Amino acid sequence: MIGARSIPNRVIPGFGLTLGITLVYLSVVVLIPLAALFLKAAGMTWAQWVATFTDWRVIASLKLSFGGSAIAAALNAVFGLLVAWVLVRYDFPGRKLVDAMVDLPFALPTAVAGIALTALYAPNGWIGELLEPLGIKVAFTPVGVVVAMVFIGLPFVVRTVEPVLADLDSEVEEAAASLGAGRLQTFRRVILPALGPALLTGFALAFARAVGEYGSIIFIAGNMPGVSEIAPLMIITKLEQYDYLGATAIAVVMLVASFALLLLINALQKWRHARLRGAS
Amino acid sequence: MVRANVTEARWARWLLTGLALAFLTLFLAMPLLAVLTQALTKGFDRYFAALSEPLTISAIQLTLLVAAIAVPLNVVFGLCASWAITKFDFPGKSLLITLIDIPFSVSPVISGLVYVLLFGLQGLLGEWMTEQGFRIIFAVPGIVLATMFVTFPFVARELIPLMEEQGRDEEEAALTLGAGGFRTFLLVTLPNVRWGLLYGVLLCNARAMGEFGAVSVVSGHIRGLTNTMPLHVEILYNEYDIVGAFAVASLLALLALVTLGAKSLLEWRYRDEIAANHRV
Amino acid sequence: MSGNMIEVQGLTKRFGGFTALDDVSLSVPKGKLVALLGPSGSGKTTLLRILAGLEYPDGGRILLDGVDATTLATRERGVGFVFQHYALFRHMTVADNIAFGLKVRKGARRPPKAVIAAKVDELLRLVQLNGLAKRYPAQLSGGQRQRVALARALAIEPRLLLLDEPFGALDAQVRKDLRRWLRSLHEEMGLTGVFVTHDQEEALEVADEVVVMSNGRIEQVGTPTEIYDRPATPFVYRFLGNVNAVPVQVREGRAVLEGVELVCERCGNDSGPGTAFIRPHDVELRQPEADGVAGRVRHLTVLGPVVRAELAVGATTLEAELTREEHDRLGLNPGSAVKLGIRSARLFLE
Repeated sequence: MIGARSIPNRVIPGFGLTLGITLVYLSVVVLIPLAALFLKAAGMTWAQWVATFTDWRVIASLKLSFGGSAIAAALNAVFGLLVAWVLVRYDFPGRKLVDAMVDLPFALPTAVAGIALTALYAPNGWIGELLEPLGIKVAFTPVGVVVAMVFIGLPFVVRTVEPVLADLDSEVEEAAASLGAGRLQTFRRVILPALGPALLTGFALAFARAVGEYGSIIFIAGNMPGVSEIAPLMIITKLEQYDYLGATAIAVVMLVASFALLLLINALQKWRHARLRGAS
Repeated sequence: MVRANVTEARWARWLLTGLALAFLTLFLAMPLLAVLTQALTKGFDRYFAALSEPLTISAIQLTLLVAAIAVPLNVVFGLCASWAITKFDFPGKSLLITLIDIPFSVSPVISGLVYVLLFGLQGLLGEWMTEQGFRIIFAVPGIVLATMFVTFPFVARELIPLMEEQGRDEEEAALTLGAGGFRTFLLVTLPNVRWGLLYGVLLCNARAMGEFGAVSVVSGHIRGLTNTMPLHVEILYNEYDIVGAFAVASLLALLALVTLGAKSLLEWRYRDEIAANHRV
Repeated sequence: MSGNMIEVQGLTKRFGGFTALDDVSLSVPKGKLVALLGPSGSGKTTLLRILAGLEYPDGGRILLDGVDATTLATRERGVGFVFQHYALFRHMTVADNIAFGLKVRKGARRPPKAVIAAKVDELLRLVQLNGLAKRYPAQLSGGQRQRVALARALAIEPRLLLLDEPFGALDAQVRKDLRRWLRSLHEEMGLTGVFVTHDQEEALEVADEVVVMSNGRIEQVGTPTEIYDRPATPFVYRFLGNVNAVPVQVREGRAVLEGVELVCERCGNDSGPGTAFIRPHDVELRQPEADGVAGRVRHLTVLGPVVRAELAVGATTLEAELTREEHDRLGLNPGSAVKLGIRSARLFLE
């Protein structure tokens, strides 16, 4: 055991092995396939890019995907806050069950959600037939797309806001009350700002998820070109037409947008943590 | 004790609770109910008959097979990655963690697209594949790969914050007592993370069995061969076999509910032993 | 062959840009209990961990019982390590924790079940935790966990026991009890032991020898009495006990403080700015009519049997410590005039 052995690098064994496996697996499953996408995109000419993005169908699908997601995320921000508030602050029979169910959109396979929502909002569905006489069509219209997007994004805002809400110091609200503020004022001026970063993070997460969503939306959307086609569907359509370049182009744009969002979300979460630590 | 001034008036609480529950009923409960009722519109006999159709059975078998391959592989990866990341310090660690998270922010359709671009007939490795006689796209291997991509981060994401929080002391103690690397991992680390691991496996499995978009792109929808349960739902639905589609969907919904139940149980009983910062 | 269990030669360790250990050398004789004493950042824990094999040095060597162990893996060193926060295996019972080191032995070295069980019982009795074998760490108090950690380390019959701030996280009373108990355990077992602490009282009370460290270097090595009575450096003076540190001007190895001449032992004939160190109990207070340096009482604090007096002496402030009786005899009050004598002082050049 004596000898001029060089000083080993690490005390706990297994570094080389585990890091090696990690990197190989990561490369094979994630990085190399993604590289294939960017390689393909890099090989496209400017004319091909223009051709893809001046297609009215593509433009419409991107508008719907991004626009619809924004609306849905905004709705989720409002209602998600409401749900988080009720779950954290109030008690009612079955609260725990309801709390667990909030994760349903996360756990339910998207195709199941897709056909279920369609069944509900189609003209002969439970909700569809209530809205039909009012002239409101949901299924097979952009409205249906937004409804599906709200479903998908539901847990995100709730789950990001809940812990922040639970950790809020009740003393701050008591102070506000002692200074004469009414509940609504306290909410608007004291509580809401404290929840800001969490709300924004939840919004961004819901938005990012809805933009890329496919399964839950294509059933209820009706997929009418220019009206209710979402961007992921455009990618599949292009693939079926063997327009690999078109599909790649749209995918790259969506990926870049997703990564930008991911960076934004990370920055937001850092901001939120800095706020929490610094404020005390 | 709730003091009058520091919470809303009783009527306000009731209103808010009612609104929140109405929102959740609309978006969560009703779709679930829709699945059940639609599946049973023609009675239990037709329901069970639909489930025992040979094509349905093979879809179920394929889904189970894919999960049986993808989930264990991702578990091994997750364990290796979290060991490498939490027990050692090295440059590029946070980059590695970000890379592992990538599949989370990529649209499922794009997750499938990248494999088509890599292994498809016109893909980067397409010609080489055909020469070798491998079929990835429009065959089971492609489905497994696409599923591995989308479920890639689940186990690692649960283990990394948990193992980070647990630190390295116990492993170092085991080393001083004479245990080798693998025994330390087996006897000390693994028991400490078992609930977090189970949690990650649950989520990974639910996603693996329910994945639709990515698998849709790579599978070619070849019935009896490359149809998973979610794809089968789509096919049945498009053929207007409502009972059939919802019958299969009901199985997937059941899986979702079991997952949610097990998840909640783990969260409730082993709160401290699953991921410290639970990001959605 | 020296009877040294540990020989440390020129050990250096850097963490990034920070030098934790700077050319440290040390010997620990067999059977001795040694304390590594110093403030945080002094390198004491780093040194301990390198001895255990939980860190590897950037330079230098370590010999364990005469054999070069610098690159030896932890599990091959035969060292028992007690962690600051115990590091008990949270999912194992107390008995399983203690038995761990024996159960992981391979092949012929692994004792049969019955032997392991007997050893565990014996150790439980030794650490006075019999009856708690089936408990889990979460169900134990801090002091109990510490004793389990100790039993676990002793189970492998190590040739050397290393303890990292063993009593740091415990209440004062528990600390006192455990200190006494560790000392008697050491005397009973005759193990070589090294423990890290930042608590001088603990080091002085428990150890055979104290190694005072600061900024990655060893300031002084000696018995508790030596360290306290004859500190070798200004740092040791300041770190152990209270001390008055008075800046003086040294001329050719001497300095004058308020009329008292002091000699600097190691300064030779050098001159320059220096510091005179005087322990509060070495400041003698006398009646105003007696001989000595004139001073005035600024503040008095009575702490049970001892009185601390803050004195203004010329331009300097000195702290003196005297017994209640002396205080009463002198009839001191804030503002009283007194005369001072300096029983002993040490002088150091900057």
